[in-house]
Amino acid sequence: MVPLEINGKRQNVDLPGETPLLWTLRDELGLTGTKFGCGMALCGACTVHLDGQAVRSCVTPISTAANKKVVTIEAIGNAPAGKALQAAWVDLGVPQCGYCQAGQIMSAAALLAHNAKPTDAQIDEAMSGNICRCGTYTRIRAAIKQAVAKRGGTQ
Amino acid sequence: MSAPVARTTRLDAAASVERPLIVANVSRRRFLQGVSALGGLVLAVGYRSAGGAQEAKKYGADGMPNGWVDNPLAFVSVAADGTVTIVCHRSEMGQGVRTGMPMIVADELEADWKRVRIAQAPGDEKKFGNQDTDGSRSTRHFFEPMRRCGAAARTMLEAAAAERWKVPVSEVEAKNHEVVHRPTGRRLGYGSLAKAAAGRPVPARETLRLKDPKQFRYIGKGQLKLVDGRDIVSGKAQYGIDTRLDGMLYAVVARPPVYGGKVASFDATEALKVPGVQKVVQIEDSPPPAHFNPLGGVAVIARNTWAAMQGRQALKITWDDGPNAGYDSVAFKTTLEESAHKPGNDGDFAAAAAGAARRLDAEYYIPHLAHATMEAPAATVRITNGKCEVWGCFQSPQAARDLVAKRLGMSADDVIVHVTLLGGGFGRKSKPDYAIEAAVLSKAVGGKPVKVTWTRDDDLHNGYYHTVSVEHLEAGVDARGKPVAWLHRSVAPTIISTFNPAAKNEAPFELGMGVINVPFAIPNVRIENPESTAHTRIGWFRSVSNIPHAFAVQSFVAELAAAAGRDPKDFLLEVIGPARQVSPEMLSDTWNHGESPERYPVDTGRLRRVAEVAAREAGWGKTLPKGRALGIAAHYSFVSYIAAVVEVAVDDKGMLTIPRVDMAVDCGACVNPDRVRAQMEGACVMGVGIATLGEISFKGGRVEQDNFNSYQVTRMAEAPRDIRVHIIPGDYSKPMGGVGEPGVPPIPPALCNAIFAATGKRIRRLPIRDQLKA
Repeated sequence: MVPLEINGKRQNVDLPGETPLLWTLRDELGLTGTKFGCGMALCGACTVHLDGQAVRSCVTPISTAANKKVVTIEAIGNAPAGKALQAAWVDLGVPQCGYCQAGQIMSAAALLAHNAKPTDAQIDEAMSGNICRCGTYTRIRAAIKQAVAKRGGTQ
Repeated sequence: MSAPVARTTRLDAAASVERPLIVANVSRRRFLQGVSALGGLVLAVGYRSAGGAQEAKKYGADGMPNGWVDNPLAFVSVAADGTVTIVCHRSEMGQGVRTGMPMIVADELEADWKRVRIAQAPGDEKKFGNQDTDGSRSTRHFFEPMRRCGAAARTMLEAAAAERWKVPVSEVEAKNHEVVHRPTGRRLGYGSLAKAAAGRPVPARETLRLKDPKQFRYIGKGQLKLVDGRDIVSGKAQYGIDTRLDGMLYAVVARPPVYGGKVASFDATEALKVPGVQKVVQIEDSPPPAHFNPLGGVAVIARNTWAAMQGRQALKITWDDGPNAGYDSVAFKTTLEESAHKPGNDGDFAAAAAGAARRLDAEYYIPHLAHATMEAPAATVRITNGKCEVWGCFQSPQAARDLVAKRLGMSADDVIVHVTLLGGGFGRKSKPDYAIEAAVLSKAVGGKPVKVTWTRDDDLHNGYYHTVSVEHLEAGVDARGKPVAWLHRSVAPTIISTFNPAAKNEAPFELGMGVINVPFAIPNVRIENPESTAHTRIGWFRSVSNIPHAFAVQSFVAELAAAAGRDPKDFLLEVIGPARQVSPEMLSDTWNHGESPERYPVDTGRLRRVAEVAAREAGWGKTLPKGRALGIAAHYSFVSYIAAVVEVAVDDKGMLTIPRVDMAVDCGACVNPDRVRAQMEGACVMGVGIATLGEISFKGGRVEQDNFNSYQVTRMAEAPRDIRVHIIPGDYSKPMGGVGEPGVPPIPPALCNAIFAATGKRIRRLPIRDQLKA
């Protein structure tokens, strides 16, 4: 049994400790908002927060996540930065197919949690691990800036 | 993404295997009105459509399997509480169709968008009309039927209200979810009329009163948010890979790494020891042609996807690679080049080129590409009591339904295909091989639900790849550098090979993507298409053959401009020639994107205009610092006209950045201008990725790329910083053009033309990768 705390809820899962958090969330716990894209931490679709840090859940074994706070896209709207980002994403029509956007928002939320007013270069750096095949990058950048502006650059 | 190919039954007939090398060798003087001093004669047309001339040809939506439907009872329902449900029968893969299509219905219906919900149609073309979501066709084929659906439903609500009030129907009018009795001001909400309206006859098509476009509430405004936006940003949106059913098992498949290969033997002992693995099942191989069949292989079925992946890793499989084991991209490039160097028979081109002041030639190479949708293919199947249910991310749910039924030996009536959101499509998800895999596996476990998930390496190793091509261009130019003779020799394995192994020439729909239907004001044009053999599954990829063709043609025009010492934009406009309507027949284009040649002639005025608008908006001619420059390209595809001006910056070390791109698009009138912009932005980024990074290569018959580290795609930092889309206003009474695909083709040549302007380095081989490095 591996003890996990996901979106504030404590639960034990009966899986080998090396099982990636991604597949535990998706297949065992039914939290399918976190997406599979590459399985090698190359695309960012599976990004979640582990004690507030953005991590790629496809290469994070549940043994590593044990007794840490996991936050997924399903609960990121409870955080002010996450909520502001979601609103900006909808307002600017960022998503096309939308598949990568959960991971994009999770990366952006982790960025804003540590840096309330990121520069363009800092946005590029924080988001460089997240691929969007639909090519929504200009709108992602604009939405991050809008979320920053709406929040007045404060955490 | 092509009309004739999307339907399996027509493929063999469409594949022309005995075709002359010379596709067209034409004096185009007749349509160069006012351009050439000589008038009047078509010298030769090398190729005619294989289809019989006797049968009346159908175009547009009429020409698609199962055509169109405009029955409001299929698409619209109104609940007693006033909620209007509109069915979207096309698949959402990011183009915004689940917002745009219902918006058309809602507008004519005078529905309040806040009270509209969208339902996704299952695969059922008899009920909904054609559902193949490809070819950039949804809006242009269904704008009018969806308007009539909305108008018919509105008329039924009005008639129900008139009957309730016992007043002439001419006195009532539907307005924003209510019917109003004009003389008295009485009102009835749609909900209170729903039952009575549903019982009324559907009004005849010709009696419908459509709105004057000035009265549109939603169409053309672009102010509505995406219907799935909230669900997407909160993780609630359901994609094919997200399907969960009670008792569901998870599967991954080890597929033959070489096209045409099969399992020689396998040992599942170790795989079955992996915790969570429940069963190992061999999937019967399907020898080429690939069609939409699964490739076969060995499946591992487990408690979760991870256990299945671990089990697959523990399989011991010996493959029999078959005849394509020698497929090698480096050697194949040479093969293509040899074909591209062999001249065809002499014709007008040779005569005209011989008399030209100067001759130029160039050759361009574009490798295989993979769609690499962020959501790799995924499908779930459950079989109970003789019925089969399928869930998945399908661009062609009808094909999924028919092929699953065929494989299971069931009637299609007993197969239901539920369409989820698609995490990207780009043409890959038109081929439902993964649905058949899930069906075979569900059957193998007694009908229990099984989800098949493709991993990224599966997706890259076993795709339906964009073709690989060499494009050979020659021109004879006059003393001023203007081309008087043009030869385009295109060599590329055809998509038809995936359905007919004897097919070795590009099909009319491939040549009609920017080889033969290029409306340049050049009096002598020769098109050649030497044979080429496919060694893998070739499929359609967003904008298809337009990618290599536009890259070659638009690069070559810029090369001619440079040789003539002319401004590339002015030269391009001169080569396009004066504004005129060119008939596709005159260009020997028998396909014309499946559209009527009368309704959709090639309009050089529109092509000129997008080039001029993109150039003007980009500030063409402005002074830029060293290492920065603009490049232009304009291309006609999917019956839309798009031009791009790309601004590049190349530093001393050869590092490329793209500060800005201006795109001008003339796709006729728009339903949702914001999504037109979004599609152009996305096409721009994809075009940049194709130009700079994209390459699938083979060695020993196997794909050499495994994941996003070796198959690289554009990321935020390398993407254009600023993409400005300029939409040419359209007229709703005129035919519409496509949007999803045509933004891609002009980007690679515009980018490479800009690089030439900035550095003097001409890129003829994609991807650029490190070709600029000092």
